[in-house]
Formats: sequence, C-alpha cells, structure tokens
Amino acid sequence: MRASWLRWAIPAAVVPVLMLLAYGFKTNPREIPSPLLDRPAAAFTVTTFAGSPLSLEGLRGKVVMLNFWASWCRPACYEEAPALERTWREYKDKGVVVVGIDIQDRDEAARAFLAEFGHSFPNAPDPAGRIAVDYGVYGVPETFFIDRNGRVRFKQVGALTDELARQRLDTLLKEPS
Amino acid sequence: MIPELGYGATVAALALAVWGAVAAAGAARTGRTDLLRSGERAAVGVWVLITACIALMLYAFLTFDFSVRYVAFNTNRGTPFYYRITALWGALEGSIVLWSWLLSIYALIVVGQYRRRQPELYPWVLSVMLGVLAFFLLVMTVPAPPFERLSPIPPDGRGLNPLLEDSGMITHPVALYLGFTGFTVPFAFAVAALIVRRTGEEWITITRRWTIIAWYFLSLGLLIGGWWSYHVLGWGGYWAWDPVENAAFMPWLTATAFLHSVMIQERRHMLKLWNLGLIFLTFGLTLFGTFLTRSGIIGSVHSFTQGSIGVFFLAFLALVLLGSFSLLASRVDRLRAEGVLDSVVSRESMFLLNNLFLVAAAFTVFFGTVFPLLSEAVRGVKVSVGAPFFNLVNIPIFLALLFLMGVGPLIAWRRASAENLKRNFLKPVLAGVVVAAIMRGLGVGNALVLTAMALVVFVAGTISLDLFRAVRTRRRNGDGWAAATLGLLLRQNRRYGGFIVHLGILVIALGVAGSQAWSVQTEVTLQKGQTVDLGGYHVRFDGLEATEESNHAKVTGAFTLSNGRRGETVLLPGRKFYPQEQTPIAAVDYRLGFLEDVYLVLGDFSRDGSQATVKLQINRMVSWLWIGGLVLTLGAALAILPEARRPA
Repeated sequence: MRASWLRWAIPAAVVPVLMLLAYGFKTNPREIPSPLLDRPAAAFTVTTFAGSPLSLEGLRGKVVMLNFWASWCRPACYEEAPALERTWREYKDKGVVVVGIDIQDRDEAARAFLAEFGHSFPNAPDPAGRIAVDYGVYGVPETFFIDRNGRVRFKQVGALTDELARQRLDTLLKEPS
Repeated sequence: MIPELGYGATVAALALAVWGAVAAAGAARTGRTDLLRSGERAAVGVWVLITACIALMLYAFLTFDFSVRYVAFNTNRGTPFYYRITALWGALEGSIVLWSWLLSIYALIVVGQYRRRQPELYPWVLSVMLGVLAFFLLVMTVPAPPFERLSPIPPDGRGLNPLLEDSGMITHPVALYLGFTGFTVPFAFAVAALIVRRTGEEWITITRRWTIIAWYFLSLGLLIGGWWSYHVLGWGGYWAWDPVENAAFMPWLTATAFLHSVMIQERRHMLKLWNLGLIFLTFGLTLFGTFLTRSGIIGSVHSFTQGSIGVFFLAFLALVLLGSFSLLASRVDRLRAEGVLDSVVSRESMFLLNNLFLVAAAFTVFFGTVFPLLSEAVRGVKVSVGAPFFNLVNIPIFLALLFLMGVGPLIAWRRASAENLKRNFLKPVLAGVVVAAIMRGLGVGNALVLTAMALVVFVAGTISLDLFRAVRTRRRNGDGWAAATLGLLLRQNRRYGGFIVHLGILVIALGVAGSQAWSVQTEVTLQKGQTVDLGGYHVRFDGLEATEESNHAKVTGAFTLSNGRRGETVLLPGRKFYPQEQTPIAAVDYRLGFLEDVYLVLGDFSRDGSQATVKLQINRMVSWLWIGGLVLTLGAALAILPEARRPA
C-alpha cells in the first residue's frame, strides 16, 4: 500500500516538538544573565539624602554593595531593608561600602522609609533615573556587588538576605585587590 | 464556606464530564439512546456546575472573601468594583474557569443543534467535547484549583495586576477564549468524522461554519489585544511578536488556511487529508498557546505563572496530537483526492499557494517562538529571536498572501484562460502600478510602503471589479443600485463576507505599512514651560501633579499640545505606583486621529516637579488597524449568517 509509511510518519512528526517542549521544563526563562557582569561599573556622582556628595570613583579599592530601592516597592524593599543595615554594620570596618540608590520616588516618602529602618549607610536619590538606566535596573530591589577594581561581579534581583550578602561580600573580600 | 462549595462543584463537574464522555462514546458504539441522553444530561449538568463556580467566585470577589486564595491574590480592598468582576479571569486559575465555562456553552449549543440532525457524528462529537472539558476540569481540580483556601485569612488582598485594570480586560480575554474554545467544535467533528469513516462533505460544511465563528472571535481577540497593548503598555506599538501574541496568531493562521482550502474540498473533493490535518493543527495550537502562557517555559510579558500545570498541558497536548494524527493516519486510504490539479494557473493552485504561505507563516512564528528553547537545547545558550527575525521572514510571506488575495477569488477553477486573466486582472494590475508610481512621484521612497500600496490597490481593484459586475448583472433584474448590492451581499454572503474580510485586511495592511514607515518619536527631558517639536506638533510641559487613587498613587504630567492649525489640547500622561508592583506602570495619554495619533508617555521626573522626561510619538495610520479590524469582523459576521442560497 502506497501510503502505509504515512501511518506512522504522520504521528511521529509531532514527537520531536513534544520532546522540545518537555525539555522546557528543565530550563528557567527568568534566569537572564546580566550583560554587566565582569564589566566596569558605570560611574556616577550623587548627593545623598544627608546632603554630602558621593561618587563611585571615590570608592575604588573598596567592595561596594549597590542597592536600588524605592519607598513604594512593597513588600520586597521592606523585607530586605533590615538586612541591608545589618550587613552594613557588620562589614563597614572590613572594607565594604553599602550604597542605596532610591529611584522614581517622592522625597518625603523616601526619607520616611530611611527613618523607619534607621539606615546609616549612604543613600541618595537618582534624580533623573540615569543611574538606574546605566545599570539596567528592571524592577526594585536590585543589588549589584562591585569588586575593589570597580567591576560588577554579582547581581541580585529581588530582596537580599543576610546570608546572600555575606556570601557575596566574603567572596569579593577574599580576592586580592 | 466558598472554597468548599466551589471545590465540590468542580469535582462534581469533572465526574459528570468524564461520565458524559464515556456514556456518549458508549452510545456511539452500541447505539443505545439512553446512554446518549445520559451524556447530554451530563453536558447540561457540567454547564450548571461551572456556572455555579463562576457565581461563587464572583460572590467571593464582590464580598472580598480573602479566605479564597485566588481572591486574595488578585484583588485588594482598593480594587474598583468593575475590576473585581474582571479579576475573575485576571490570573491563571480563573482563566481556566472562564475557558471551561465557554467550552461548556459550546457543548450545549452542539447538543441543541445536532442531536437530531447528525445521528452518526453527534455522539462522538459530544464525547470529544466532554472529554476536552474533563481535561480542563481536571486542571481546575488538581494543578490550578481556583477555590484553594488561604489560611490564615489576610486582612487585605494583594491586588490585581495593574495592567489588567483596563476596559480591554472585559472584551479581550472573552473574545480570545471564545475563539480558542470555539476550535474545539471543528476538532470534535473532525475526530467524529474520522472515527465513523464519514469523511464526505457534510462534516466539512458544519466544520467550516464553526471554524468561521471561532476565527471571528479569535480575530476580534487579537485586534482588541493589539489595541490594549497600544493604549495600556505604553510602548506605542500594537504587536511585539511576544510569545503569547504568537500563540494566538498561529491558530489564526492555520484556521485561515483551512477556511480557504476547505473550498477546494467542497468544489473539487481534493485536500481531504490536508484539511483534517489543519483542523487538528489549529486545535493543537490553541492548546499549545495555553501551554505556553501557563507553563512558564518561555519568558513573556504575559506569562503569569509557573508550576505543575505545564506538565498537565503537555500531556494533554501529546494525547491530542498523537491521538488525532494517528487516527488521521489510520484513515489515510479513505482520504484520497477525487479530483486532480489541472493547471498551475487555476484557482486550485492559487489556494494551494495561499495555504502553503499561511502554514509557512505559522511555522516561522512557531520556530521563532520556541527558538530560545531550541538554542538552549542544542547549543546550551539561550538566544531569543526578536521582531527583526519575524518581520524579515513574514513580511515577504504576507506580501505574497496579499497578492494571492487579489488573484484567488477571481481566477477560474481548473484552468484559467488568457481571456479570463485579462478580463479580471488587467485593470487592477494597472491601477496598482499607477498608484505606486504616483506615490513614488510624490516622494514616497519606502519600498515596503510602495509594494504594499500597489498590492492593496490591485486587490481592492479586483474586489470592486467583481462586485461591480455582479451588481450590474442583478440590476438587469430591475433592482436599484443599493437593493442590488444588498441583495448580493445577503444572497452570496459567504463569498462577499470573505471579500469584506479581505478589504479589512487591506486596510490593516496599509495601517501596518504606514505605521512602520512613517511613525516618528523622540524622548526628551523638559523643564517646566519648555517645548518640544516633532512632526509639526509642539508639546509644552506645564507641570506635575501627584494624586492618590483608591489602590495606587499617581503622578500626572500636564502637556499642552498644539500644531498651529487646530486649537490646543492638554494631554495628561502619568505613572502609577502600585504598592504590590516593583515598577511603576505607565498611564499613557494620546490623541487619536485618522492619519496620525499623538502619543505621550511620561518617563522620569524630578521630585519637585520642575522637569520631566517624556516620550513623544507621532504614530501614523495606526487607526487604520482598528478601522480595518472593524471591517474584517463585519465581513466575518456576514459570512457566518446562514446561506440564503447556494451560489450559482
């Protein structure tokens, strides 16, 4: 019979497609590597809420934990806020600077946020949203770990935890400058 | 209380659907009418129970019953009344409920329409439809239960995804789902026809009608989706080749192919295997679309969930595809063509080409959509192909389809003579070339626009010529122009409905070409009082205002728009800050026009309101998409009407 091969060929044709789709379960579409990793961190100069100037260049030689946040970012920014302050207190004498950049926010709300958590590390507004753009910030919170040579080494999307911060910072501190 | 009631109703509906499917299949095998009636009662029961689920869910939403997890996750006390209703299908679990409900309505219509008319096919059709329903009810029972209890009960809910707070939320999902679920009916008829080996003409007639209905809703859903994207998402476009848009577009393409190739089967008894394959493929693609949006295997703006549900969908997709194609393969001997292709220059071969291009388009869209998976599987790197790929591959295909749209309906069956070609196509071809030449002379340099324009004029010319001749013939019977035209449209509603759909597509094609070629945009930071000029418009930044809405904070910029001809208009684009969202949501403002829209998106702003960044777009001819869409759906509606008389 001429068409006998069709009997198995027609259904067989869908098998590779199904297999490909099944393979999809093994992958994570949200895991998108940041193109900034291992590249020099974009420079910026800001004025902190406390009124003092701060530039990333000036922090060269230290490990920088750069955190993007906003007062309206509930609940993630509120969840990680205490951990940020704890990390800062633990590491500030070990050559680490925690810097908070507040994006797309209102001044009063941002200051209230800082007061609520008693943040003592430098925090500054990102006045024109330029820093967030330079770092490709998609949503807050996002945290970038910058090594002593001023390169972005890790990126954390979503709330940071003490363990995660400790792990990243210890890795970077162990490296020779 | 509501979680328990709802879960009970879901499980009962699942049991009934399974029973109904089995009973109807048993009736089909044994011919026992009591089993068949039992299956029908089961279909009614399923509909009643799913309706009850919807009523319970609505009640839970309206009374802020946060003991239902789904309610707590998709509303909060600030959610406006209107969106508490649409929140019903605002996320995964509820959308499956809506899906099942619409499917159960289709099942009831099938029972009502065919229980007496199609004694042979009907039991199998009922069995397949209830079987598909049972799958969706299973999804509602195990991996995505809408009535899951939340404990402890939170004081407030998390809130609806802000992008869904839009009037499009009523129409877009409902139309889309009516389209998606509608393809179950042709699928069921195709399966039934193969099982009882009745692959003759009657199932084709029924299937064609139902395919047009589903196609109509799917088109509507796609169009509203484009409009939603345009006025809500704030990027100024209507189509992004996002995986989920693609997922809805692929079944549209294969269904369109079927609606054309089915005419060859009706006329020439050819392509039977192909037509059945298209029906199965279309139904499979609707499931694939659901799988894609709900499994989370491919990142997309729409992908609203991940979880075990993907496994269920993949298993069902495998069952449907392997089952239906095996069935098709086992009947391959009965599906031989009775006619032969006589000539390359004939309507048959034009339709074949049309099918080839439509299926090729569906394939390239599929390929591009799963490409990230493919590249990760093969090379270990995730690479997405974006709009450039889709445009590059699909634009030539769609231009070719436009051309065929002009040729196909008028060229002779079997073999076209030189006389036939000259009579039907000489004038339209000349008109197309002349118009393109004139536009070139007027300074239009864009090759795509010129090609599209020439093709559009050509196709419009063929349609007008045909309509003119037909009306003239009818006028000989003494009718006036209006009466003759109306009579023609109603008497040959399928043919002229199709022509009107074609006209709609032409208008859309112009809109796409024009907006791609001529839209301009700029992004600037303005100080208060400063003005930006673009495309003859002046836009002045007048200041910012902050407000508190029931469930979000909003910052609105005031911009005065003038173009020296008409008076000034104030546009108020804003940004909305929802507590539950990590990024602010743009609230765009625009002024729509026939030839161009002015479209403003507020970007960043300074805290004191002294400056703001704004994206200004002059989007040309986008309105033609909506106008063309309206024409298209009117044409489809005309084609759905029962035929008054077979065309001569």
